[in-house]
Amino acid sequence: MIPQPAPAKGPKMVVCIKQVPKAQEIQVDPVTHTLKRVGVPSEINPPDRHALEVALELKDKHGGEIIALTMGPTVFIQSLERAMAMGVDSAVLLSDRALGGSDTEPTGVALSEAIRKIGKFDIILCGEETTDSSTGHVGPGIAGHLDLPQITYCIDVQIADGKVRGKRAVEDGFEIWECPMPCLVTVNFGCNKPREPSLSGKIRVKRGGLVTQWSAADVGLAPEKLGLKGSPTVVNRVDTVVLPARGGKIFKGEPSQTVPELVKALRNDKIAGV
Amino acid sequence: MPPPESKGIWVFLEQRRGRLRDVSIQIIGEGRRIADELKVPLSGVMPGWKTEGIAREAVEYGVDKVYLVEDQRLENYLSRPYAKVMVTLIRKHKPEVVLYGASKNGRELGGRVHAIIETGLAADCVKFEVTKERNLDMIRPAYGGRSLAHIICANHRPQMASARANVFKRATKTAGREGDIVREKVDFQDGDFDTKIIQFVESAAHEGAKLEEAKVVVAGGYGLRNQANFKMVGDLAKLVGGSVAASRKAVDAGWVAKEYQVGQTGKTVRPEVYWAIGISGAVQHLAGMQESSKIIAINSDPNAAIFEMADYGIVGDLFHVVPELVKALRGPGH
Repeated sequence: MIPQPAPAKGPKMVVCIKQVPKAQEIQVDPVTHTLKRVGVPSEINPPDRHALEVALELKDKHGGEIIALTMGPTVFIQSLERAMAMGVDSAVLLSDRALGGSDTEPTGVALSEAIRKIGKFDIILCGEETTDSSTGHVGPGIAGHLDLPQITYCIDVQIADGKVRGKRAVEDGFEIWECPMPCLVTVNFGCNKPREPSLSGKIRVKRGGLVTQWSAADVGLAPEKLGLKGSPTVVNRVDTVVLPARGGKIFKGEPSQTVPELVKALRNDKIAGV
Repeated sequence: MPPPESKGIWVFLEQRRGRLRDVSIQIIGEGRRIADELKVPLSGVMPGWKTEGIAREAVEYGVDKVYLVEDQRLENYLSRPYAKVMVTLIRKHKPEVVLYGASKNGRELGGRVHAIIETGLAADCVKFEVTKERNLDMIRPAYGGRSLAHIICANHRPQMASARANVFKRATKTAGREGDIVREKVDFQDGDFDTKIIQFVESAAHEGAKLEEAKVVVAGGYGLRNQANFKMVGDLAKLVGGSVAASRKAVDAGWVAKEYQVGQTGKTVRPEVYWAIGISGAVQHLAGMQESSKIIAINSDPNAAIFEMADYGIVGDLFHVVPELVKALRGPGH
């Protein structure tokens, strides 16, 4: 069972987070064409940090409880601990070899089953997508599995009159959607300033005992429905895109020289706007 | 092996405020091509209200059959009832492929539907091919845009994918082209409509569209060091008639709003001229602008990756170069 903090009156929130390689550290194995994950600095998926901040702000306002949930190897505990140092109450790691290689379909199933085991909740929050896979499928997938209303691509999330209001950033403007709880919300990258871990938070984490670890069997998942075997899609092959160097005219030296040289070259070649 | 009875290519026809969305017209074009290659019909699903006219328009764009589900409550896109329409009709008619335009709505709809149907979904595809085994090879950028992943969904049907906006050419209309409009009924429960849209605010600036359509884009990066300095980008943009854009790091730092971001997690642009000011050229940024006709880079680091991609460039301190450049472009007398 998850350690239960003091009984809370506010919303019970589950924030799904993933640990991803840092953007600038993305490295592709030249032989297998897969993403290098071992020995590469990693972090909480940036949009998930914003989802954590949304949950923390809702808790600041309304009280309640926040549980961070992740699926992955035990090194992902780093991210759960960081989330708790930011103010999350407790955390669940769903970890099992059978889960390795899952595409978005079994990932949604697995997280949904973990959420079911967590029990009654009011809001599930996810980042809009991960920076390593960039699909945005898992959040709506969980909502589909659990048959919940969903509000995606939110830049602001409020609770009013017992309902959740999400301000969605869409291509031609903003929409404010309102739905009852329980529901699932996905949060846009860049919509708030995620807080830093606090000293008291770090001390809580140091004391330990806040992370619950579950296996696939613990949440009632059959191994054949998971991992590569249980994934409808496979990555058949990966082509490396080699961007041809353009061999441009690059000017070096003092700006008093290089700027006129550049302007002259641009005008000679009739570059638009110059 | 996939279920043998699955047949036909489908597209989700997204209407918005009485119009078929551009991204839907683009996937009609691509769906038509795939359908012709497989020698199967192209069908579309359109949930909406009073949308028969738009359904007819989809036929003129190349759809053979439109499954129309009309209900006043479907006037605007909503996740749950739209997903129910897709799930109900997919189960009834068993298409082999379903394509969604990768608008925000199309992406989240596909995500919900693939979970309920329990099938595969590839996101933000930029290319489709048909394999020898008659599977759809769904090709998408991966790993920060430096790779293209070929995704196959061999044993589940339908094979589903979202297609990135502005990658596929719009279908062209053939006036009077004939096709079927088939009205379908979906058994909605009250709970399907538990979510309401209580407000829509059209973005006044609508910069996003501007950026993607701009002939000249002037983008600033982390090299600008702070928000105040970012104004230089605007100055240059004004002079060259460009739209302002930014790298993810500049957006991340809070200097510029997210809708200005170019790159894998931002917008894809293909202007005639792309200015990169203080942008080092991380792959995830290059992914969003590499197809620009001409790229001009200004950066202090001679080894910055952006210079590899540049047609023109100045190695130098941008805080000296850009003001000098602004002066030179204004010409004498200013």
